[in-house]
Amino acid sequence: MKTKPVAEPSTRTQQPIVTGTGVLGIKYNGGVMLACDTLGSYGSLARFRTVKRLEKVGDFTVVGASGDLSDFQKISSMLREMSTSDSAYDDGCNMTPRDIHQYLGRVMYNRRNKFDPLWNELVVAGFRDGKPFLGAVDLIGTMYEDDIIATSFGNYVCLPLMRKAGTNLSKEEAKQVMENCLRVLYYRNTKSSTKIQIATVSAEGVEIGEPFEISTYWGYSAFQHTEYHGKRL
Amino acid sequence: MFRNQYDTDVTTWSPQGRIHQVEYAMEAVKQGSACVGVKSKTHAVLTALKRSTNDMSSYQKKIFKVDEHMGIAISGLTADARSLCMYMRTECLQHKYVYESPVPVQRLVIDIADKCQGCTQSASARPYGVGLLVAGMDQTGPHVYYNCPSGNYYEYKAMTIGARSQAAKTYLEKHFASFENLELKDLVKHALTALKETSQNGDINAKNASVAIVGIDHPFTTYDEENVQQFIDLLDKDEISEGATKTETDTAMQE
Repeated sequence: MKTKPVAEPSTRTQQPIVTGTGVLGIKYNGGVMLACDTLGSYGSLARFRTVKRLEKVGDFTVVGASGDLSDFQKISSMLREMSTSDSAYDDGCNMTPRDIHQYLGRVMYNRRNKFDPLWNELVVAGFRDGKPFLGAVDLIGTMYEDDIIATSFGNYVCLPLMRKAGTNLSKEEAKQVMENCLRVLYYRNTKSSTKIQIATVSAEGVEIGEPFEISTYWGYSAFQHTEYHGKRL
Repeated sequence: MFRNQYDTDVTTWSPQGRIHQVEYAMEAVKQGSACVGVKSKTHAVLTALKRSTNDMSSYQKKIFKVDEHMGIAISGLTADARSLCMYMRTECLQHKYVYESPVPVQRLVIDIADKCQGCTQSASARPYGVGLLVAGMDQTGPHVYYNCPSGNYYEYKAMTIGARSQAAKTYLEKHFASFENLELKDLVKHALTALKETSQNGDINAKNASVAIVGIDHPFTTYDEENVQQFIDLLDKDEISEGATKTETDTAMQE
């Protein structure tokens, strides 16, 4: 007896391909700061060394992304389209950071409902009408706002460090916290690099810095004599 | 006999370069009772004169709330207005769902204008027979727009449409320059005074007048019946104080 061949269910993005790791966001006095490294990993291979994962949207917002980088390129182009249409209307109105956060939440949730998610965790930072904004969206459309945000591995490693630093920081202090967090992240996370990028949003507008190297120190004895319950690892 | 050859549908030009059907639709706007829209730096105000078909009927609604930040006053075919209003409400909800913020006023006005324009190019369509005064608030402050059946839209500091609106227009032209810095109360007073000019017997009262206000920290609110009396009172008091020569009976006759 012949059985009919059963059609396979259609499958879409089931895993990210080229990925970026944690993005960190923190509010400081008078602004919001985003930081992340510039590595594009292909699996565990450090494939692309300088990929910019912070995107300016309009005049008041920066979006940072971890997860699949091609999906982020798609999201970036959607956001660019949005701000182009803002200026095309020529009515003096433009998207606020909160608008963009909600929009991304809708997009992500819509795509996950199609079982075809955009594989990213996004951080939206903005400054508008004297107020800072920091929010996160993930690949299933979960949205939240907070004073400190970290995605992917940063969630585990950096969040406690940032929480300890608090948000009563000057811009310079915030930058130190970000650099230190990314350094610690690099010590612990095989998919991160020491080439990092920092963006700030404040009343003065958006400023996305060029990528630069952070220093590391491997001389700690804990790094050299790794023991766990008396057992050498 | 005097039949117009060129007005049977909207896709036929007259040799004078006119689209008669569209012009007829614009005439429909002039048949409705009048509406006035004005704005200051902080608020936009709509007023409208309501009509009732006879003593037993209610007064026809003239002002519709679209969203927390926007509403319309209408003149012309009310049924057409309700359909446009429903569209506007849907668009506002959609925008709120996607962006969690109110839609900028001009963008919605453009959508409506495009909808109206579409009807001026299709043989199977009838242009909307209604004019809308849209009052709304967004990032750039309060706005008053007029949306015409022809698909044109205009932004105004002060505007009036509908039957005998010319009288109100004359009043507004005289006063609009001062509106920008007015207190809300004074702005409403001007809007009602202008509206009064369009009333056949110079009578506006809590029954036949509607007022709507939207502004900074003031979600779109319509005032009718007993709620509108406070603004009518504003008007009357002013007239008594200004018109010192008027006797009490004169004032009483107006009401």
